Amino acid sequence: MQELMMRIENVSMHFRLRNEKVHSLKEYLIRLLKRDLSYSDFVALDQVSFEVYKGERLGIIGPNGAGKSTLLKIIAGVMKPTSGRVQIHGSVAPLLELGAGFDDEFSGAKNIYLNGAILGKSKQFLDDHYEEMVAFSELEHFIDKALKYYSSGMRAKLGFSIASLASADILIVDEILGVGDEAFRKKSSQKMAQLIEEGRTVLMVSHSLSQMVELSDRIVWLDHGRIRAIGDPEEICRQYEAQSAKKR
Amino acid sequence: MLGIKKHITNFRKYSYLLSVLVVHDIEKKYKGSILGILWSMLNPLLHMIVLTIVFSSLLQRQIANFPLYILTGRLVFGFISTCTSTAMKSIISASKLINKVYIPKYILVFSKVIAEFIFFLISMFNLVFVILWSGASFSWHLVFLPLYLVLLLLFVLGVSLILATVTTFFRDIEHIYGVFITMVMYLSAIFYPPEIVPARFQFLLTFNPVFHFIQGFRQLIYYQMLPGWNNFLACLLVSLVFLALGMIVFERYQDQFIFNL
Repeated sequence: MQELMMRIENVSMHFRLRNEKVHSLKEYLIRLLKRDLSYSDFVALDQVSFEVYKGERLGIIGPNGAGKSTLLKIIAGVMKPTSGRVQIHGSVAPLLELGAGFDDEFSGAKNIYLNGAILGKSKQFLDDHYEEMVAFSELEHFIDKALKYYSSGMRAKLGFSIASLASADILIVDEILGVGDEAFRKKSSQKMAQLIEEGRTVLMVSHSLSQMVELSDRIVWLDHGRIRAIGDPEEICRQYEAQSAKKR
Repeated sequence: MLGIKKHITNFRKYSYLLSVLVVHDIEKKYKGSILGILWSMLNPLLHMIVLTIVFSSLLQRQIANFPLYILTGRLVFGFISTCTSTAMKSIISASKLINKVYIPKYILVFSKVIAEFIFFLISMFNLVFVILWSGASFSWHLVFLPLYLVLLLLFVLGVSLILATVTTFFRDIEHIYGVFITMVMYLSAIFYPPEIVPARFQFLLTFNPVFHFIQGFRQLIYYQMLPGWNNFLACLLVSLVFLALGMIVFERYQDQFIFNL
């Protein structure tokens, strides 16, 4: 029996959307007086349940608005589900996008520490792994330059290096596998493979089905907040493609 | 009980993040300015000079050593106003981050408050120069200064937590608060003696927590005497009430921040 890493149990997420977004007190009060504060309920996730085991690469696919991002946010602990239970054994690290958790004015080196600290790492840990992160990112010559002089590929390399070496048990990758140049892409795929071999678990979201088939062991197909199917990547991607073709 | 223990472990885990953010804020403030940290010193001093020149003809006869009187009040008020206005934006300005990764959100407010508190402590050194220059002396009463500093920090932390929460839901609070804090400034007896306020308006001072803090610091630094139990208890009560309120409000609404970012 494999070791359980994550159990998602009947998770539902309802958004209480105001029909028009009210961001100011003035508007809120005016609408309150006019009794114009209507809400509509939007179900982003509806009774989603699945389990993830250690060392698994789980892909999540689905059309836009199917609830993929919401699900990742709930797993990352950013959002709390309206109902249901999320059990996670171990630490979770999302691969941070450009702009989140980086400061342009500061050097790459400082950003490694900033980003590492955001992922909940200690100074000791970052001191120990600093060299390794810099080496993996191949940015030795730029590491003391401010981030604003980095190209987007260089930033992505830095981000990937930090998150992948932050030794979280579960890594969340949201549509960023295609970062950097061809050589780095290959290297990051290898790194992923290595992480998984070390027993890490990876959760991925991507619109590229070929990439998903190649990289994941199992796929969850989300549609309108429900799990449509779960299982073998090739089989599910085939069904998914057939479904998308029918809609067209 | 279990909840408290969980909070402490979590705080331990993210304490390094807190220190990184504080250092980050401090470096950021002085990046690209030649005078660097010296600005923290110069700014209140320049303010003091301007206010002294403006008000000297109006009020000098009533207040001896007017520069020191003004500087004490201005420093305390400056900290309260700058810190709360900065910290109220701490959640919305980190929206990208909060959308992506879990961090205890109070860390964002804490880091801003601590950074501003450090700037405040640095700016307090101005007092040394002004005391020496004006020929006033240092009295033993200053040993109570740290006590008042802690109370002030707790008060500001509580207010910051409340403001950060409210601002996340209503962005225009920022502008309203700007007007509000100016009003508080005029009601805090910074550049006039509290006695000149007519009796029927004295309640405006009595119910203004900022005034009590300024008064406490002024007693220790300017009047060189103990602030008295009334003042101490007022400051203690205000800081504890605001801190508790801030923690309750923040804790209660923090899970909803994400829907408004």
